[in-house]
Amino acid sequence: MKKLVVAFGLLLNFNVFAEYGLNMTEGVTSLSHDIYGLHMMVFWVSVVIAIVVFGAMFYSLYMHRQSKGAVAANFHESTKAELVWTIVPIIILIGMAVPASKVLIDLEDTTKAEMTIKITGHQWKWQYDYPKEGISFISNLSQDSRDAVNGTDADRENADNYLLNVDKRLVLPVDTSIRFLITSNDVIHNWWVSDFGVKQDANPGFINDAWAKIDKIGTYRGQCAELCGKDHGFMPIVVDVVSKADYKKWVSKQQAAAAAAVASANETWSKADLMAKGKTIYNANCAACHKANGSGMPPVFPAMKGSVIVNGPAAKHINIVLHGKGAMPTFKMLGDSDLAAVMTYERNAFGNTGSVVQPSDVKSAR
Amino acid sequence: MTTATDTSATAHDDHHHGPEKGLMRWIKTTNHKDIGSLYMWFAFTMLLVGGAFAMGIRAELLQPGLQLMEPQFFNQLTTMHGLIMVFGAIMPAFVGLGNWLIPMMVGAPDMALPRMNNWSFWILPFAGGILLSTFFMEGGAPAFGWTFYAPLSTTFAPDSTDFFIFAVHLLGFSSIMGAINIIATVLNMRAPEMKLMDMPLFVWTWLITSFLLIGAMPVLAGAVTMMLTDRNFGTAFFDATGGGDPVMFQHIFWFFGHPEVYIMILPAFGVVSHIIPTFARKPLFGYSSMVYATASIAFLSYIVWAHHMFLTGMPVAGELYFMYATMLIAVPTGVKVFNWVSTMWRGSMTFEAPMLWAISFVFLFTIGGFSGLMLGIAPADIQYHDTYFVVAHFHYVLVTGALWSIIAATFYWLPKWTGKMYNEKLAKVHFWWAVISVNVLFFPQHFLGLAGMPRRIPDYSLQFADFNFISSIGGFAFGASFILLTYIVIDCIRNGKPASARPWEGAKGLEWTLEPKAQYHSFNTPPSRKLIEAESQNS
Repeated sequence: MKKLVVAFGLLLNFNVFAEYGLNMTEGVTSLSHDIYGLHMMVFWVSVVIAIVVFGAMFYSLYMHRQSKGAVAANFHESTKAELVWTIVPIIILIGMAVPASKVLIDLEDTTKAEMTIKITGHQWKWQYDYPKEGISFISNLSQDSRDAVNGTDADRENADNYLLNVDKRLVLPVDTSIRFLITSNDVIHNWWVSDFGVKQDANPGFINDAWAKIDKIGTYRGQCAELCGKDHGFMPIVVDVVSKADYKKWVSKQQAAAAAAVASANETWSKADLMAKGKTIYNANCAACHKANGSGMPPVFPAMKGSVIVNGPAAKHINIVLHGKGAMPTFKMLGDSDLAAVMTYERNAFGNTGSVVQPSDVKSAR
Repeated sequence: MTTATDTSATAHDDHHHGPEKGLMRWIKTTNHKDIGSLYMWFAFTMLLVGGAFAMGIRAELLQPGLQLMEPQFFNQLTTMHGLIMVFGAIMPAFVGLGNWLIPMMVGAPDMALPRMNNWSFWILPFAGGILLSTFFMEGGAPAFGWTFYAPLSTTFAPDSTDFFIFAVHLLGFSSIMGAINIIATVLNMRAPEMKLMDMPLFVWTWLITSFLLIGAMPVLAGAVTMMLTDRNFGTAFFDATGGGDPVMFQHIFWFFGHPEVYIMILPAFGVVSHIIPTFARKPLFGYSSMVYATASIAFLSYIVWAHHMFLTGMPVAGELYFMYATMLIAVPTGVKVFNWVSTMWRGSMTFEAPMLWAISFVFLFTIGGFSGLMLGIAPADIQYHDTYFVVAHFHYVLVTGALWSIIAATFYWLPKWTGKMYNEKLAKVHFWWAVISVNVLFFPQHFLGLAGMPRRIPDYSLQFADFNFISSIGGFAFGASFILLTYIVIDCIRNGKPASARPWEGAKGLEWTLEPKAQYHSFNTPPSRKLIEAESQNS
């Protein structure tokens, strides 16, 4: 109840409106500005029409009532009036359609792109590929948000940007025309960052495109906007927009890290290292269905604990993780050492007694 | 057989019989009034069931965090809420109204195809039962939204989806038969002296709606059949790995889905076009333009479907076309609103419950119309699409539009159905309770959507907490208002004061020339031209 009173109090104070997010964001790209402009134009046109129509209606409701002694007139048709209120709206609509068409044609034109990012939706995470730079990674809901979902109010307040934070952010350069190629690996998702004015379906088997040229350095957040199953509400998007110089630095750092990961896949890892790395990867990628304690959600999502597969020969386990089976998606987009670590963890945590999986095992099974 | 027939030796003996007694009356009945009542009670039951799901949804969204349920169950609730409300509550309620009213309004004794009428009703409880039974199946109920987009509804769906497909097929049969029956009744059973342009608007809107049903429901049947074969028989209509296309599912679905939207609103336009003239004590303004506007909306409804799909990756030419076509719908819809306001203008209005519901329909439906116009602007739709702004929009047109008109119609014709008057004072209390709470429920959802809250999520980030809290409180209050509605209706049936044949001073229409409680068989002899003209809306 206290919340209710506070919220109604706030409605009286226009300055607080912005903080509470009453209106669409203007965003940081030319497209998002155009979209905002269209939105406000249609909104104000609607307000004016509403004032005229509802004004007439409420005037009539007040004046033409029996209790005030109103006597009913008997007029019931007028071709002139019908023509007027057919033609005037058509003119207003044309006035709105012209600018809307311009914006639409502009935002569908992705030809001026300077760089390309490929975005792949997975149940329930995003994969980002920089095809030219050779960078690829998965972006998951951050662990503190994940833990706070079933936690206390305080957990949610303490979590960094509850439900709108990820473990690895998409990094983009400022003032660069970027083309996004958007697709999906399983069901339909939708990649939406409202500050960019970009929202596009990710269709399995097809590639959609969109573009943005971001004017301002900063961190921008979004969410999946197409129902994609159980954890649709838990696959946020976070984009760090940095200066061109910082972006270059970031790219070379990522490339070095990628090279190191490839090299480490040729090494033989200790069980302890695999277990430690595996736990993080398990919690980010597997726990949504198989649960952090390995109990799963039978019958659809089987338990890890005591599972025949994770306690049996490694080959079968590797095959399922790489290629998926039924509701289980493929995880081949993860690196060899990551997969080896997570499988080792699955085979030895929760009281399981499976063998250790080395990156080389995964590599040869691909 | 009543004893009255034994003593009267007149020619109409054979027709003057009443209903059978007991349960079998309802199972075997071919009477349009009985079947109309069955439809209405079924729809009301489903409204309460779907409403209970909505209460579950709003309870989960009351506060951030997962409080009550797993995300998968939340998705089952949103899916079933949509399906039950659309196919179980709103559509059957309108068919029920059509059954009750159309024969009386066109001066017919009954529906044209009474046995089919019985069948088309009795399919419904089984279809609804199958749909609801999926909750108790392994893997749970369908959880892919009422729009059931592939491949979430094919490759990635629970086993119970096949039961859902069967239920949708049954619901489709029922609707198509209902539509055929209404067309046959209006065109063949209409009083010989009644021209098409004498017909009341509720009859007109239902006639046009029937053609929408016959055109749209088979397309839905096609969509679910393709799903069925994709799931079970190795086809790949919607699977890109087999050469299919998941976006094709959306085209097929919305080719059904958009006319469906108007199936749920055109009869509402008809209802309001009866109530406003009655309580303004003034003829309906622009009768013929209302008919033409209804027909235009119906036509346009078939050529705008892809405005639900602006983000699927359509070519820009397609987006431009669907945007223009969509904006055009505002024109005939505007004509209707202007006509209703002109009907009120310089009338002599009173504000009994049906009128209150009708006026608030005009006001709130128009707000839903404005947000619809905004959504129709394709570039702006990028920001609105699949957010709570859309949720607010379609609840304004379906709850304060379609459902509002059904409640208005119930109060308006209840005296004719029961021969008794409802409690006006309680009905007014109920109206204000519902109209305030429904706005507390849905209006803040506009803000949530614009601020970026996606729809169909069980949990949200903290900046959405306050408006969700307000919305949920409104939801609980709105839900509770139906307890009062139930009481008012039952109280009217049991203890209502006797009503006169024409309980509303300004009411026009053949139904008001019948006995206070419309006799079991109305118009065994067709009404005369003089009577039809006197009761016509097109005067």
